[in-house]
Amino acid sequence: MLNSSIIRKTPTDLRVRPNLNDYDLQRRMFGWDEAARALEGLPGGGLNIAWEAVDRHASGPLRDKTAFRFLGADSASRDISFAELSRLTNRFANVLRRLGVRKGERLFLLAGRMPELYVALLGGLKSGAVVSPLFSAFGPEPIITRVNLGGCKVLLTTDLLYRRKVSQWRERMPSLELVLLVGEDGGRTDIPGTFDLATLMDEADDACDIERTSPEDMALLHFTSGTTGMPKGAIHVHAAAVTHHATGRYALDLHPDDIYWCTADPGWVTGTSYGVIAPLLHGVTSIIDREEFDAERWYGILQQQEVSVWYTAPTAIRMLMKAGDGLAAKYRFPRLRFVASVGEPLNPEAVWWGKKVLGLPIHDNWWQTETGGIMIANTPAFDIKPGSMGRPLPGVDAFIVRRNEATGEITVVAEPDVEGELALRSGWPSMFRGYLDNEARYRKCFVGDLYLTGDLVRRDADGYFWFIGRVDDIIKSAGHLIGPFEVESALMEHPGVAEAGVIGTPDPVVGERVKAFVSLRQGYDDSEALRTELLAHARKRLGAAVAPKEIAFLAALPRTRSGKIMRRLLKARELGLPEGDVSTLEGGASS
Amino acid sequence: MNVQDVKIGILSVLASVAPELEAELLVPDRPLRRQVDLDSMDWLNFLVGLHQTFGVDIPEADYARLVTLDDIERYLFARLDRPQS
Repeated sequence: MLNSSIIRKTPTDLRVRPNLNDYDLQRRMFGWDEAARALEGLPGGGLNIAWEAVDRHASGPLRDKTAFRFLGADSASRDISFAELSRLTNRFANVLRRLGVRKGERLFLLAGRMPELYVALLGGLKSGAVVSPLFSAFGPEPIITRVNLGGCKVLLTTDLLYRRKVSQWRERMPSLELVLLVGEDGGRTDIPGTFDLATLMDEADDACDIERTSPEDMALLHFTSGTTGMPKGAIHVHAAAVTHHATGRYALDLHPDDIYWCTADPGWVTGTSYGVIAPLLHGVTSIIDREEFDAERWYGILQQQEVSVWYTAPTAIRMLMKAGDGLAAKYRFPRLRFVASVGEPLNPEAVWWGKKVLGLPIHDNWWQTETGGIMIANTPAFDIKPGSMGRPLPGVDAFIVRRNEATGEITVVAEPDVEGELALRSGWPSMFRGYLDNEARYRKCFVGDLYLTGDLVRRDADGYFWFIGRVDDIIKSAGHLIGPFEVESALMEHPGVAEAGVIGTPDPVVGERVKAFVSLRQGYDDSEALRTELLAHARKRLGAAVAPKEIAFLAALPRTRSGKIMRRLLKARELGLPEGDVSTLEGGASS
Repeated sequence: MNVQDVKIGILSVLASVAPELEAELLVPDRPLRRQVDLDSMDWLNFLVGLHQTFGVDIPEADYARLVTLDDIERYLFARLDRPQS
């Protein structure tokens, strides 16, 4: 193991002066009110993320600068300047208004990383709509669940995805009134019950009055997985841009001349906060690759596009490691100066691999859907302890707490190297403002002024935080949270399944892989054919990104006396760990 | 092993990873991952499965060339140990 060592930074490691260079002083001096002054606000009052991200630059010296460069395997790259992005997003906002979409109504996005997705996200915000990007690899069930939870009125998607995942289920989504389609092959679409976006955009005006949203108006809805229920819609407001700007500055160290590549899909919160909003706020050029991961392709992009700041994920890094150092050696990255990672803890070997192969160590950081932005990070100027998520950024106060399950009270642990739940002092601008229609669940996240994250961590004597695990059953796979309940529900829809329990099992590449245990109803045999059928059933409903990779049959699943499936026990048995407290286990149910 | 056997072998490995697929709807000269819902773990498992089924080594450096079913079929067919005909 390499994790006992530290990667020391020296001035020669730094090609530009880092934005965060005096940790204690800058933390002491930092205030969110002061940070908010980095944004201009709408002319005449109000705050709108899209105006700060796009129009502010489109009317100034950056107007002709490339905001996004889209790359595709079988299409030429397409550059969109800040000025063009402003016009396109104006048009899109006008399209929504013409269709009668009003402030606060919900626009959902379901598409690959194509220009229209980005235009719709920002144009939707301009119109005052609340935007919810969905992961395009979701199957129909996760889509239906989220559309219904979020009260989606307008959906932007492609003809292909619409046919495959939406059209035959529309009657199950009563709030969905309008569907805007983009032709997957670039052409026009003509499907009954939908609008062709390209036609509407042609007819729309270039100019638009941006909705005068206030800092506390709802802007984005990001769904996150629950452990005992369906996903929760985390509400984010326009003021979140203050955090996106500050963290783009301190955690990603964005400088005006950077070429920045965030590999996350906007269907996940990272791809929205840091794939769209943060770089635009800083007027920085972003690379967007429309293709799936491929080691050679990715090295090629880093080299040819002269990427200087790269924000990626542990799964991708581990796949690059698997592809071998020989492949990396064929490429040169003289412009690359900062690499960061998020999604799940980055193992020390991967941090060191970066230093050896890319010439730069990889900086892990930590945040979650609810925090809306990076909270704890390794940053350019400071030593890295490989395996650690780093230290709290300016404006973030992080604590280790212990919950007393009986009283609900918490105690803050002051001494170092003690395990406990990570808690953050509430009040940063991108903190979620609620779970949609679930006030009780939201309130449960807070004790006093502390937000409890659900992540178990420890803090060492130098103030670095180390991730240990989740306090709940949520699965982290390829950087995404997967709620076991959602997967179990889909499996239970199969007539042969009596009960289902879903856990994450360790995987060297994706962190955790989804494994399902099922018991069968009378009349069904645990055959290989049925296993395949269940796998197909789950994949069709949930999509490959959420569906189990492995299904095992059990005669019965362990349950508590109150009838809840004990996933913790399934996991302990799977991993050969001590079973812990089984006093609540229902008699006779053990396998 | 003739071309048809290779084709069937590929589809059977694919079906083990993505049993929901409808093989008759696949267009052989279009990118496979746009037609079948495969995440990165599925894709790796598919390539590992091809190696196990056909006994052909597929170095990671070749992954980028394997985009369509036709690509994969040609790639494997060219590398299969066949008796001299």
